[in-house]
Amino acid sequence: MKIRVGHLYPDYLNIYADRGNIAVLARRAALRGHELEVRAVGLGDLLDPGAHDLLYVGGGQDREQALIAPDLAAKADALHAAHTRGVALLAVCGGYQLLGRGYRGRDGSFMPGAGLFPHETVAGDSRMIGDVLLECELDPGARRPLAGFENHAGRTLLDDGAEPLGRVVYGFGNDGASGKEGCRLGNALGTYLHGPLLPRNPWLADWLLGRALAHAGTGEPPTLAPLTDELEAEAFRVSAERARRRGGRR
Amino acid sequence: MGLRLALETTTARALGGLSRAAGRGGGTTIPGKVLWKLDPEAVDLLAARLTEGVAVVSATNGKTTTTAMAAEILGERQSLAWNRAGANLMSGLASALVDARRAEFGLFEVDEAALPEAVTRLRPRVVALGNLFRDQLDRYGELELVAERWRTMVGALPPETTLVVNADDAVVADLADGRAAAIRFGLDDPTHARTRLQHAADSKYCLRCGHPYDFAAAYLGHLGDYRCPNCGHARPPLDLAVRNIELRGLHASRFQIDAASGQVEIELALPGLYNVYNAAAAAGLALASGASLEDVRSGLARFSAAFGRFERIPAGGKSVVLLLVKNPAGANEVVRTLETGIPPVLVVALNDAIADGQDVSWIWDVDFEPLLEHAQLVIVSGSRAAELGLRMTYGGLPADRLEVEPSLERALDRGLGLVEAGTELVVLPTYTAMLELRKVLTDRGAVRPYWEGRS
Repeated sequence: MKIRVGHLYPDYLNIYADRGNIAVLARRAALRGHELEVRAVGLGDLLDPGAHDLLYVGGGQDREQALIAPDLAAKADALHAAHTRGVALLAVCGGYQLLGRGYRGRDGSFMPGAGLFPHETVAGDSRMIGDVLLECELDPGARRPLAGFENHAGRTLLDDGAEPLGRVVYGFGNDGASGKEGCRLGNALGTYLHGPLLPRNPWLADWLLGRALAHAGTGEPPTLAPLTDELEAEAFRVSAERARRRGGRR
Repeated sequence: MGLRLALETTTARALGGLSRAAGRGGGTTIPGKVLWKLDPEAVDLLAARLTEGVAVVSATNGKTTTTAMAAEILGERQSLAWNRAGANLMSGLASALVDARRAEFGLFEVDEAALPEAVTRLRPRVVALGNLFRDQLDRYGELELVAERWRTMVGALPPETTLVVNADDAVVADLADGRAAAIRFGLDDPTHARTRLQHAADSKYCLRCGHPYDFAAAYLGHLGDYRCPNCGHARPPLDLAVRNIELRGLHASRFQIDAASGQVEIELALPGLYNVYNAAAAAGLALASGASLEDVRSGLARFSAAFGRFERIPAGGKSVVLLLVKNPAGANEVVRTLETGIPPVLVVALNDAIADGQDVSWIWDVDFEPLLEHAQLVIVSGSRAAELGLRMTYGGLPADRLEVEPSLERALDRGLGLVEAGTELVVLPTYTAMLELRKVLTDRGAVRPYWEGRS
């Protein structure tokens, strides 16, 4: 089956090796007999809510993020419509921030976001940097670890009742205090974790592929044939070990 | 020299000697660390004693090579205080100053973040700035953060200080905007331009208005001949232009430098367009420091390689070529240079110590793919070997052409065992992996320790 991926602003938001995440999705889809078709959605391009099965928004440097923020906010209605239709979505770092209500700078300025995720981000005075380990439970009863690297000055505050992507085991997470990392809203996931995230966390790549396939026409997320994933497991082990050495939540 | 300074430098020197005598490695920064701790202002005093003044070099990529090239050009006629092994924080500069007792001229590569303090203390007559690429975001933060510090630093420079800037890098060129004492260097040979910007290109949006630049030529990352079609902001006219570039595979390059004082043909025993940029920066620095074009020509002709940067080390009838990789822009140029003759066996080593960058995501921004198509075997090594293995796998390298060997020494021996006698093994290590591999080769007697100078 063909999985249609919309990659938002790849020319602007690509700082933390976002193409690594796309490469992982493409290969894991191909190994199961599916084809990933990746299209760039750039500045000024129309976002057709039905045109994609998976949307990807990466992270950028502050300057690039400021250049695309108004355009992303203008795509808010289309993003909401796509989300309601069940599109799978992964937003990382800057993309995660910009899909919330907005970003409040240290000078008091406010950069509005797309308002999909129920959160707001406030600039902090220090950067939160290092390896992170999370525990996620995207499907009831299925607890899984997630290892990545965070580097952000923004503190993202989830609204009451909003669901995080995972619980922080080691690292800072959204704000360094709540013990929450990322945000999950149906099939949409937002996170600060890069590394990139998917190569060392293949279960999450497959979760996203499953949701994308469901959107593409299978109805329910299909069971994907398991892959050996030996190197993936080793890369996860080393990354999780780095986070563990870093110590508990600070 | 005041009594206090004399005492401090003597103590510091003695400690450096002790450290080396105890076999604790180069002791490169130990005397400097002591002095820097005892009395930071001693650095100002030691620098002020250099009769011919000081020049500093900073950049994301090419600091060590550019400085070593400038040392070759300028060191013929005067004695240098020079941090040759790349210890480029304040303590490293202090060490170089302590070590060079009779130096007349100070030549220092300086860490991008340490540059403002170094400039305040050393009061250089020449400041050469090469490029700004995304680099180890966990250490330096975003490119714009470094750029902002440099803007403040340049704003405080006295008008007589000569700024040598890479005109092909929009952010760096802008630092010399409107400045009289400046040399703007760049490449002017579109035959070596890429057809499009690389994936990891950074400063590609207009500094003035944010519109994407048009590139008449994109040479390396975002370096090139840019112009904004919206507001007209463009690369400034070149004061030092490199033309007629001829790249000779893995071994050498040849080009012409046009400067205000004339024209000169350069022969360089180093490959790659990035080394042409380094040579142009070194030439600009040297000319601004009083060298002649003939000094530039002969100095660059004598130059071989800087520490770990395209360094060839003999190893039992074969040799090891170390090509340091540390960020996407630099690694892409190494890959591009290797494309002229892709080695059958390749060792790529990724460590994640602080000096390498603990965030290893940058490997996914490197275009390794041209190598993967042709290499018969890629051995990935280092503390993050598995991560690197994933990068190669998802880049299309089949499992039977990939080996994962976290131990650097074993990876080196495995690679050496596979290349034929009389040929060379190409190794792409990150910084601490390079140090470790060099130590293995040093222990085997293949190379002299770096504190004894070039091997």
